[in-house]
Amino acid sequence: MNLTLIVWRQPDAKAQGQLVKYDVADISPDMSFLEMLDVLNERLIQKGEAPIAFDSDCREGICGTCGMVINGMAHGPLPATTACQLHMRHFKDGDTITIEPWRANAFPVLKDLVVDRGAFDRIIQAGGFVSVRTGSAPEANSLPVPKPHADRAMDAAACIGCGACVAACPNASATLFTAAKISHLGLLPQGQPERARRALAMVSQMDKEGFGGCTNIGECTAACPKEISQDVIARMNRDYLKASVTEV
Amino acid sequence: MELKSNAPSGPLETAWERHRDELKIVNATNKRKYTVIVVGSGLAGASAAASLAELGYNVECYCFQDSPRRAHSIAAQGGINAAKNYQNDGDSVYRLFYDTIKGGDFRSRESNVYRLAQVSVNIIDQCVAQGVPFAREYGGYLDNRSFGGAQVSRTFYARGQTGQQLLLGAYSALSRQIGLGNVKMFPRTEMLDLVVIDGRARGIVTRDLVTGKIDCRVGDAVVLGTGGYGNVFYLSTNAKGCNTSAIWRAHKKGAYFANPCYTQIHPTCIPVSGDHQSKLTLMSESLRNDGRIWVPKKKGDDRSPDQIPEADRDYYLERKYPSYGNLVPRDVASRNAKQVCDEGHGVGPGGLGVYLDFSDAVKRLGAAVIRERYGNLFDMYNRITGEDPNKVPMRIYPAIHYTMGGLWVDYNLMSNVPGLFVVGEANFSDHGANRLGASALMQGLADGYFILPYTIGDYLAKSKSAKVGADHAAFQESTKAVTEQIKRFLSIRGKRTVDSFHKELGKIVWDDCGMARTEKSLKHALGRIPELRAEFWKNVNVLGGNDELNQSLEKAGRVADFIDLAELMCRDALARTESCGGHFREESQTPDGEALRDDKNFSYVAAWEYKGENQAPLMHKEVLTFENIHLAQRSYQ
Repeated sequence: MNLTLIVWRQPDAKAQGQLVKYDVADISPDMSFLEMLDVLNERLIQKGEAPIAFDSDCREGICGTCGMVINGMAHGPLPATTACQLHMRHFKDGDTITIEPWRANAFPVLKDLVVDRGAFDRIIQAGGFVSVRTGSAPEANSLPVPKPHADRAMDAAACIGCGACVAACPNASATLFTAAKISHLGLLPQGQPERARRALAMVSQMDKEGFGGCTNIGECTAACPKEISQDVIARMNRDYLKASVTEV
Repeated sequence: MELKSNAPSGPLETAWERHRDELKIVNATNKRKYTVIVVGSGLAGASAAASLAELGYNVECYCFQDSPRRAHSIAAQGGINAAKNYQNDGDSVYRLFYDTIKGGDFRSRESNVYRLAQVSVNIIDQCVAQGVPFAREYGGYLDNRSFGGAQVSRTFYARGQTGQQLLLGAYSALSRQIGLGNVKMFPRTEMLDLVVIDGRARGIVTRDLVTGKIDCRVGDAVVLGTGGYGNVFYLSTNAKGCNTSAIWRAHKKGAYFANPCYTQIHPTCIPVSGDHQSKLTLMSESLRNDGRIWVPKKKGDDRSPDQIPEADRDYYLERKYPSYGNLVPRDVASRNAKQVCDEGHGVGPGGLGVYLDFSDAVKRLGAAVIRERYGNLFDMYNRITGEDPNKVPMRIYPAIHYTMGGLWVDYNLMSNVPGLFVVGEANFSDHGANRLGASALMQGLADGYFILPYTIGDYLAKSKSAKVGADHAAFQESTKAVTEQIKRFLSIRGKRTVDSFHKELGKIVWDDCGMARTEKSLKHALGRIPELRAEFWKNVNVLGGNDELNQSLEKAGRVADFIDLAELMCRDALARTESCGGHFREESQTPDGEALRDDKNFSYVAAWEYKGENQAPLMHKEVLTFENIHLAQRSYQ
């Protein structure tokens, strides 16, 4: 396959970035999208040009490191697929593909396609946990959890923290990410003691980080590689509202 | 020099308890005066950092990823073992201990493995309390599945994402401590050197991967939880960033590297599709619970699998190992796959693949049950290959997955360098020559939650180290060496990319020190690696500068270390003329092609001491004694 790529290049956080065009020849349909970028980078280095910086690690869709907007879509055109899991067989010979970083004020660009998602970590640090110190746990089977609850908690816990929800949202809101963690822990008995406190603290941190508000557009769910449902947002809003009137 | 494990003598069952009672404790109010540096934020690193901070230590944690949540533990799929015996099927601490020793082909330390089996039950309790959403039965109690190398069901799991959920549990505990100000977290920061002062590990030199800033970090102890070195093979199931640099540079500063030739090949990976391949994808071996492995009986049979009748299929694992069948340990399953492919029965491109077939399981259990158990793995396979495993059997082939070797540690998880502790895959301790499935997660969390927090206190309480600052000559020397190496990479401006060297190295070690090794192949590799190193330092091309995010520069440092490690790995493999576990020397096999150990001559840990550039390393031995287990030829027939 022969392709034309239009890629966001930005030397560092302060520099002005721009879209740059590259012709990429002889791409195999069995390559992954990131392997195609690897091939381009090898060729750029051979020509003495700076390779395109992009994040990736596990390359099997679970670590959440990779993330780029491909033809206007976070992680590209396939549903439930991270950029690293996307294969070139889903493109056609002669295609022009535009590649940009996540765009959100709370995710500043560090270089080319690499952004800083530290805001997500700080949201978790604000309350995305059960406060149980090592050693104080009771016997695991002393607390039965109804299977449907455990399954729904697992659905929410599947979030990989990639940030596609933010990139896809016209408001650059982090609501799906935050709500997924609040739902995961809120659905389990272990999460009950801190349920109200957690919702208040995490939502407050999310706002502090400069993410936009949620207006129930649903782009987040559509872009989510783990198909986290918008239901978690309703659950978070309920927990938040309830906590706002009951917690003093 | 003979190495001592420092394991307590006396009955194994009470050894850890007796040892803990004897360990010194740092007074609660004094703990905050100690700084512990933790490198790596996977299961072992994150659980250690969180637990140490809960105890009151001042903790700094470093990871090269953009967030501690991304460490490669996250990719473990299948599960975590624990001797809970919830299934009432006869499991016990002893049985988990025995299975692990036997699975490791009698090349691990009894005392460490027994303790691992003991604390396995606490891990499950801890993770459940954190809110890890393990699979449950309708009664609300925890579910188990069975796994390779065991005849009981003791594996706990969270769909096919057990590693992710356990890591997010440890990450949440770590995040809580970061939020409380007890852990200072340094993401996108790489350790480039270990600093040893007066014979003790006193800190590290780091590089900020965004700005290039080189920094000196002083501590009272250093903990490395930096994972394995599988990426020495270039193609492995490890994440792209996984590297050996932290443990290799510690090795160069005096830490012994133990059993580097013990590498594990995982039997259920997706076959390579071409030269562009950047990594391999593993599918959990839990698939072997319900999938049946077969190849066509006729060589070069190119009929589509559904056109091959039962009579023309060879379910070779079930045929050769009737009692374990498709659940034989990883090394046995991998070698058999290689063997049938080498004999010309392989399927798919290049004949490097065997079928893993779910059609019988679907008939027996229904499509819905199979979907629930393996849905995400089926999706993953479909995405990569474009084929649907519900309709056609999967094609699988072995790939490098885990490294049992690592820095040598004693019973306290401390290396031979006082104050340097090593946890998780980065150490060598528990899996011998072959790790059983669902045991890596168990070991990482055992080390971090339940062992290190006790043993590090003993070290700190006993050591009276002088106060040192970053201005100490040793820190300055390290900084200088690190800076000079970076300058050197940037000034070579040769003709070849870093990746091209990494790929070439990978091919050498895969061909010569992979699934099967011979004296000839290892000597070949030991000739090729120094040539590759010489070319690398003359002809590598690293563009850009240090004061920026420079991924080629990061990779250059890691590949330089992989080249050095590869040489030690081949040297270790050459010295060990027996076969054991993942280390298969073709010269040493039973008449039916199984690994043949030589207990008389090789019942030891080979711990290598670095002697300087262009110097032969020196091997030290820790003799393995088995007082509780009778050494036997491993048999899964």
